[in-house]
Amino acid sequence: MDIVIAVLSGFLLAVIAPWVHRVGRRSAGWLLALLPAGLTFYFAAYLRELRPDFVVITSYPWVPGLGVSLSFYLDGLSLLFALLISGIGTLVVIYAGGYLAGKPQLGRFYALVLMFMASMLGLVLAGNAITLFVFWELTSLTSYLLIGLDHEREKARAAALQALLVTGGGGLALLAGLVLMGQVTGSLELAALLSNGAAIREHALYLPILLLILLGAFTKSAQVPFHFWLPNAMEAPTPVSAYLHSATMVKAGVYLLARLSPVLGDTEAWHYLVTGAGMATMLLAALLALGQTDLKRILAYSTVSTLGALTLLLGLDTTLSAKAAMLFLLVHALYKGALFLVAGAVDHEAGTRDIRRLGGLARAMPITAAAAGLAALSMAGLPPMLGFINKELLYEAKLQAPRAAGLITATGVAANMLLVAVAGLVGIRPFWSRSNAPDARPHVPGTSEVPGTSEAVHKEPHEAPLAMWLGPAALAGLGLINGLFPDALPSALVSAAASAVRGKPTVVELALWHGISPIFALSVLTVIVGAAIYVGRDPLYRAAQRFVPWLITGLRVVGHWGPEGGYDLALRGLNSLATTQTRLLQSGYLRFYLIIVMLTTVGLGGYTLLSRTGLTWPAGRSSDVRLYEILIGLLILAATLLALLSTSRLTVVAALGVVGYGVALIFTLFGAPDLAMTQFAIETLTVFLFVLVLYRLPRFAYYSSRRDRIRDAVVALAAGALMTALVLVVTSAPLQSRLTPYFVANAVPLARGRNIDNVILVDFRGLDTLGEITVLAVAGIGVYALLKLRLDEKNK
Amino acid sequence: MNLILVLPLIVPLATAILTVLAGRWRWAQRWLSALGAAALLAAALALLEFVRREGIQVAYIGNWPAPYGITLAADLFSAIMLVLAGLMGLAVAVYSLASMDPARERFGYYPLLHILLMGVCGAFLTGDIFNLYVWFEVMLVSSFVLVALGGERAQLEGAIKYVTLNLMSSALFLAAVGSLYGVAGTLNMADLAVQLHQVAQPGLVTTLSILFLVAFGIKSAIFPLFFWLPASYHTPPVAVSAIFAGLLTKVGVYALIRVFTLLFVQDVAFTHTLILILAGLTMVTGVLGAVAQNSFRRILSFHIVSQIGYMIMGLGLFTPLALAGSVFYIAHHIIVKTNLFLISGVTQRLGGSDYLKKLGGFYAAYPGLGVLFLIPALSLAGIPPLSGFWAKLTLIVAGLDTGQYAIVAVALGVSLLTLFSMTKIWGEVFWKPAPARAALPASQVGLAGMILPIAVLALLTLSIGLLAEPLLALSTAAAEQLLNPAAYIQTVLGGR
Repeated sequence: MDIVIAVLSGFLLAVIAPWVHRVGRRSAGWLLALLPAGLTFYFAAYLRELRPDFVVITSYPWVPGLGVSLSFYLDGLSLLFALLISGIGTLVVIYAGGYLAGKPQLGRFYALVLMFMASMLGLVLAGNAITLFVFWELTSLTSYLLIGLDHEREKARAAALQALLVTGGGGLALLAGLVLMGQVTGSLELAALLSNGAAIREHALYLPILLLILLGAFTKSAQVPFHFWLPNAMEAPTPVSAYLHSATMVKAGVYLLARLSPVLGDTEAWHYLVTGAGMATMLLAALLALGQTDLKRILAYSTVSTLGALTLLLGLDTTLSAKAAMLFLLVHALYKGALFLVAGAVDHEAGTRDIRRLGGLARAMPITAAAAGLAALSMAGLPPMLGFINKELLYEAKLQAPRAAGLITATGVAANMLLVAVAGLVGIRPFWSRSNAPDARPHVPGTSEVPGTSEAVHKEPHEAPLAMWLGPAALAGLGLINGLFPDALPSALVSAAASAVRGKPTVVELALWHGISPIFALSVLTVIVGAAIYVGRDPLYRAAQRFVPWLITGLRVVGHWGPEGGYDLALRGLNSLATTQTRLLQSGYLRFYLIIVMLTTVGLGGYTLLSRTGLTWPAGRSSDVRLYEILIGLLILAATLLALLSTSRLTVVAALGVVGYGVALIFTLFGAPDLAMTQFAIETLTVFLFVLVLYRLPRFAYYSSRRDRIRDAVVALAAGALMTALVLVVTSAPLQSRLTPYFVANAVPLARGRNIDNVILVDFRGLDTLGEITVLAVAGIGVYALLKLRLDEKNK
Repeated sequence: MNLILVLPLIVPLATAILTVLAGRWRWAQRWLSALGAAALLAAALALLEFVRREGIQVAYIGNWPAPYGITLAADLFSAIMLVLAGLMGLAVAVYSLASMDPARERFGYYPLLHILLMGVCGAFLTGDIFNLYVWFEVMLVSSFVLVALGGERAQLEGAIKYVTLNLMSSALFLAAVGSLYGVAGTLNMADLAVQLHQVAQPGLVTTLSILFLVAFGIKSAIFPLFFWLPASYHTPPVAVSAIFAGLLTKVGVYALIRVFTLLFVQDVAFTHTLILILAGLTMVTGVLGAVAQNSFRRILSFHIVSQIGYMIMGLGLFTPLALAGSVFYIAHHIIVKTNLFLISGVTQRLGGSDYLKKLGGFYAAYPGLGVLFLIPALSLAGIPPLSGFWAKLTLIVAGLDTGQYAIVAVALGVSLLTLFSMTKIWGEVFWKPAPARAALPASQVGLAGMILPIAVLALLTLSIGLLAEPLLALSTAAAEQLLNPAAYIQTVLGGR
């Protein structure tokens, strides 16, 4: 089977998923999970050919005009991701069948989650920068629709929008960065980009490209200061949180960094930016995680912390850090996916996710508790879980960082200590703590009210159904098995993935036991301090409040006024800017519109006339003006002035008539008697019609102030001046019509007409006349309809 | 004479006349209108195919040779625009059957619609600058009557602003044509292209080009000339708004592209840079206007303005890829924007209002309509892989190619704001629960007739998105013709 089918099949199934749901009822989840399960096996089959230099490229033309192909690039890195996506996808689809059973949104959920899975597969398998971007945006979009699945709640809608705007904004930066990269290398194909890294790094546009791409990666992977959308995205149903906002989608940014590190990495800018952002995110989010009371928000912040750690590792850009990052990716997906699904099961069965109200669930939910315990062990980095091996590797990589190894290791150890405590909070406490007495800790910043926590645990808790414990148990079990036998699957996968990240064959040999070393000592220290924080978290919190109040205040401020405050401010600012601007421009007053249009014409036209033509007063042309021409001109001007100043409508109409007659006289003088005849007739008729209408109008009154009228006069004079100047320039050279000689020569012999004007109207340019007749006919319909049809009055 | 070139004028004119004659029989009017619209689309498709195979087509009206008589000329750009006009005409004609009230039908709605189409087609076809003015007048008067038809208070208020500002455009256009004739002594556009190169004062030609820029700028609703559009588009029946939204401003854009590729290329560094600046300002002011609105159709109206910015951005960049982007953008936009207006008609019919506050609950009640809305809405915001993404991508690539980073940044930022205001509609109309008082009415009479064109247009948007290459290749070929006008000039003038 081709990769393209593997990717696109999810979209096809998504289209019919709502029907499958309707027909399959309770078994729909199991039925639909067949596709991701099949895909897992499909990708697993590639494991046999896994060698460090493993790459499969397939390509189909898509939009060759823009250099976009539907090509796919399967190597160790994408295979690791693909396995996670399809594997966890299988469990999540099954899980959701139980979790959302009976909810009206379930059908849509299936469609969207399958669409997401396909998009995510496309993202990690894409072999073309634009194709990657297409799938990248599709994951943002499906994430938007999934966060807002429960769309009648305002908070869900707001969180969905926030996630979309933050990741979407970053996505646009990413697009610009990708296109620029393509322009540097001349190709948008991933293979070409990967082999042209040096050219890009040495290009003048390297820094802009790097910044744009990092913006895309950091927003998607929730790095500080863009992290805030991820905890808010917990408004989504738990299977969505587990799948998109922990195991897969939020790792897209990490994937991108890993994918492009052979191209963009190994420069100072990369080191500082990526490592710095990762370190800040890792530590800050770990601190914030401990302050939460909602299981899901705790998990969300710990996910952010992990994403920070992954980013940090990729920023280090050493072989060791690449290995550590790839293993961490796998480990985290397994334990965090499990913990999220557990959180959902707890919420589902116990009715709340508030850890202050949860406790002693182990007896009622033994399987879930076991899965949670195993996952927590892995998260805390205890043997024999895969997480233990991972932590050793993490510390090794950090200790050997090329720059500031001490600082990086210290931050890493601190963050891990906090996460050990978090693991206890989410994996141990709800099941094994005896009391569910209210926690002493007050509400801490950045948290929100957990829905349904106002009432006590209202359900009698019991074990979750098979569909809902299968996922956590499988994921946690994998963490255990892979920890026991790390040299089987994990070593091969991580080797292949790390090779792709490093751009050269890299071999990883994982083992559970490395002997006693400084790294092991650090591991032990982490667990001991972490456990101490977990046990003594309340006294610790009080102590912190007393001795380092700035830390608590600082976190509170970051929670309230940090980046999320910035987001709110930006949204409000946008709205008020939009309103102000629109009120100014689209004022609703026709006179202002006209003034702006006039001034634009005068400004642009006048500037061009002055700057592009040497505007000079045409010399020697006043000599051939005759006296009666001047007199007619003066007459027209006088009549115009009268029309403007008079307060009698009749005078105004008469004055306008004089203007028209004056123009007709000029026509006569310059040899166009027939034109003048027409003009006379029209002017006469117009004056008559005006006079007829005038009697119906209300009395004359001035509505505009003197200042307004002066302003209008200035605008009108400016417009008049422009047209006058233009006419003078145009007529400064004698007109040499290319048409008149032909019309004169051919009117009689070819058109058989002696009046040339008439021939022009009805023959040479007959189509114009057809158009004008149509205009008149339509005007007739219009007048009739305007007079007769008044739907307002009829409705009254 | 080349009959295939004249059909897009004759068909709507004949349809209009026949619908007037059938005035007493409402059913006959309706059938004739739909059939006429279908025939127009067929004629346009045939023309496009013909132009694709045989190259640029010319018809000399009355057999008077160019440049003396009036010439119709169809290159790929014209033919593409004609097909779009035919498509929108048919979509709106069908939609009208289900949505137009009998009173307006009795007072000449269908003849007006087809005269409007005739004006639009004439503008796309003509090779004569004064004849273009005539078609603009046909469009203006028929659209004015359509805006005002019904005589509701809001309609009349919008119509006054509409007609006054558009008459300004006409006056400027006429003055510019007159001056141009005074300078070059000819009206045929191909001949003008030749003559303008030999004018003693190229600066004067540049000045005249600015008059055309303003006149067509008003028509295409660019910054700061767009006021008539948001003032009037939300007032008439939705079918009227929809055909306006799809076609009217695009005629202005067509005219801009035509004259600034064929006639006014003397001072590209000045004129086209100015166009590029106006493009950026149009995008920004338009989208901010949309953000400030609270009714479905007003949001859509401001987005037309914003999107015009993208279309003339390609003209301002003035490279083959950029112009291809413009052509692609126009095609994408016409389909998507008309469709969004048609959808606003359905929500208005079912929800009884156009105000976001009073609407809601549509996703729960009509999930299918939700999908039909999302396709054009997300396409408008440039979400891949829908049609708008490829349009935007082409322009962005062209902008980055030429190092115009500022306009690219604006284009990207505005697309995020577009997404923001599309999600506003989505959140308010579809996601939000229906307001307590406004229970959705059960009456769904004629709904299928309204949904049919919406579904077809959405499908088209989706297909263009998934299979973008054919349209992109066509747009690229059209752009190449535009940038190398020698073939056009040769074809028009060569037949002497």
